[in-house]
Amino acid sequence: MNLDRAKFHFVVLIGGLIFGAGLSISNMSEPEVVLSFLQFKDFGLIFVMFGAAMVTGIGFQLLPKTIHESVLTKEELGRRVKSFDKKVVIGGTIFGIGWGLSGICPGAAYASLGTGNLPIISAIAGMFVGAYLQTYIRPLVDGGK
Amino acid sequence: MIELLFPNGIAHYVLGGLFVGLGVLFIYFFTSRIPGASTFLESTLSYVSKKKRFQKYTSSRDWRITFTIGIILGAFIHTIIARPDFFTTEVSTLRLFIGGILVGIGTRIGKGCTSGHGVCGVGSLSKTSFIAVITFLIAAIITAQTVQFFGVMP
Repeated sequence: MNLDRAKFHFVVLIGGLIFGAGLSISNMSEPEVVLSFLQFKDFGLIFVMFGAAMVTGIGFQLLPKTIHESVLTKEELGRRVKSFDKKVVIGGTIFGIGWGLSGICPGAAYASLGTGNLPIISAIAGMFVGAYLQTYIRPLVDGGK
Repeated sequence: MIELLFPNGIAHYVLGGLFVGLGVLFIYFFTSRIPGASTFLESTLSYVSKKKRFQKYTSSRDWRITFTIGIILGAFIHTIIARPDFFTTEVSTLRLFIGGILVGIGTRIGKGCTSGHGVCGVGSLSKTSFIAVITFLIAAIITAQTVQFFGVMP
């Protein structure tokens, strides 16, 4: 690995550390807390998602206009907006059912492992199985595209 | 009223949310990449499967592993410093596994998860991501309430 690549991995690692600490600080790494949100017992999780989206929202607006390119890789800072089609709704519904059943989403699952929650390995294993199975379901949803 | 809606207070939720946003922004600031957490699943599968769907992520698969290791370590460090003990969930392993499968299928077909759509997409003011978030929130609320209705705890 050359030095540039090592620096790249280093900043991604630091970003991941901050991200993962945030999930542990907010307790979103605990399925119980996610479920208590979805079951209307504690609405605090709204602050995690919207707090985080506000921070990224401000950054995604300001950084492209001020520094124009990324500090390390010198690439143009743009927005990445995903196209809309029925997969967004179908996939979103399947994801929501899984999230509501287990109380866990990908980022929170990785963080949960860091909090010592070993049973979460079965959720992560399930996610890999699902990410593999979707290649067989995808053609049914969009006709092979 | 506040105590009814937020029985555990709001400070740690706000602080955690700020950290999550800052983590994403930190990576964006240095690399222009906007990291979501669920792409890691497919990009990592590219190491073991030749499927075209996974191979399209080969250029990002190494740093996505680094990102995930960062998330695990970040939560670990916070746990060591600030939590009284390690955490173990009461949710059954089977429920976690089945939920995980649906999360894996849904996030990949739906183009993103809570971080990709919820944090990065909404932060980008993407209409697609707003629709995705509303969709998975409604599906999750109905599912979690149904599970509760049938007396499955927690």
